[in-house]
Amino acid sequence: MNVLKMEHISKSFGDNHVLKDISLTVDKGEVVSVIGPSGSGKSTLLRCATFLETLDGGTLSYLGENAAWMEDGKIKYAKNLKPFYKDFGLVFQSFNLFPHRTVLKNIIDAPVSVQKRDKKEVTAEAMELLRKMGLEDKADFYPYQLSGGQQQRVSIVRALAMKPEILFFDEPTSALDPELTGEVLKVIKQLAEEKMTMVIITHEMGFARAVSDRVIFMDGGVIVEQGDPEEVFGNTQSERMKSFLQNYNKD
Amino acid sequence: MTVSKMVLELAIAFEQTILIFLLTLIGSLPLGLVVYFCKKSKVAPIRWITELYISIMRGTPLMLQLMVVYFGPSLLLHISVPSNWRFMATIVAFVINYAAYFAEIYRGGIESIPQGQYEAAQVLGYSKLQTFFKVILPQMIKRVIPPTTNEVITLVKDTSLASTLGVVEMFTKAKQIAVAPKSPGMLTFLAAAIFYYIFNFIVSAFMKWIEKKLNYYR
Repeated sequence: MNVLKMEHISKSFGDNHVLKDISLTVDKGEVVSVIGPSGSGKSTLLRCATFLETLDGGTLSYLGENAAWMEDGKIKYAKNLKPFYKDFGLVFQSFNLFPHRTVLKNIIDAPVSVQKRDKKEVTAEAMELLRKMGLEDKADFYPYQLSGGQQQRVSIVRALAMKPEILFFDEPTSALDPELTGEVLKVIKQLAEEKMTMVIITHEMGFARAVSDRVIFMDGGVIVEQGDPEEVFGNTQSERMKSFLQNYNKD
Repeated sequence: MTVSKMVLELAIAFEQTILIFLLTLIGSLPLGLVVYFCKKSKVAPIRWITELYISIMRGTPLMLQLMVVYFGPSLLLHISVPSNWRFMATIVAFVINYAAYFAEIYRGGIESIPQGQYEAAQVLGYSKLQTFFKVILPQMIKRVIPPTTNEVITLVKDTSLASTLGVVEMFTKAKQIAVAPKSPGMLTFLAAAIFYYIFNFIVSAFMKWIEKKLNYYR
């Protein structure tokens, strides 16, 4: 079943066409990596999928339910978007934890106050997730007391606590030191092994190759190339992706 | 009049000073938030009126505003005012004046909160109201404590402007005593100064304490 289906998505900021007729379908349990140069529209694509940006055109649906579609040539959003927020989670490049709240409170508040779930049950689940990430002793810490890698793992737990069907990552390691990148990638890899449906924007080519079922290369607001990671990396077709990868390997 | 009698009289009148101070804060601290929201309203006329109100409050003397609030209803609108209007007008003028300043302080605090906080809240499904009260307001309060302390200290001294309308707070009392025959004269003003100074000392210490309390996160 399709968890996420985006069809003919377009988005402009003024005269800048950031997304030009992009279609992306993600099946349950699939891990999709999105790579490409900065300004290629990768982040905007995720921001459109998570309602942080409003689409100009196209269709967006979760689990077969339309969240946005075209009507009389204009984009139309579902009247009530609230039910869709339980379908996805988003992990930001800059973590965006709430600094005034402890790690545990950061994690449990939305499940309790938005999803109206039982606080005890949510707390137990949160502690279990923290244990899995090796952060159980950090539950009462404030974000500023944690390293960047720990903060990012907490923000992954915060997203997971909402029990999303699909998890989006917007360059989850770009704000981290190289030595902290590994601990976050390990967690995402673990989630991939557990068949969590994920879309990951990343600049870590080796990681994308190892963890993904499908790799998408975006440039200039379009999907230039996509497919099985071994194929896309091992037998790159387009010149644009070839030169992108070459520039990448230089440093 | 002996010095101790003078100090006692000032102390009694100081109760009015504290009352003006507290009532102004109780009224203007929350009203400032309402003013901020009006300034950010989606309805353009509400925004314009709020902008105009803030610029008048900040652009004209508080003493003049006190006069307008006090005399306005009877002279301009021919409304008969209640007997304690002197005091009420003082509070009204102080509250609307300080609310304008607090609204601007809140604006600074709220606008300094990174966009990512709103986005994280939105993605977690928080409503706008939940986002404001759970995420934005607590962080805003921490950020506005230093500029708010400035305003609160100014307010302690501004209460003396109530004497313009003849409200018998401490400063009015000090003036009355100082000019009376056989009074301690200038010494009365020195005593009044000490009262204000000590009160502000306590106010600053209290604000510092709140600041420290909020230092549990960065």
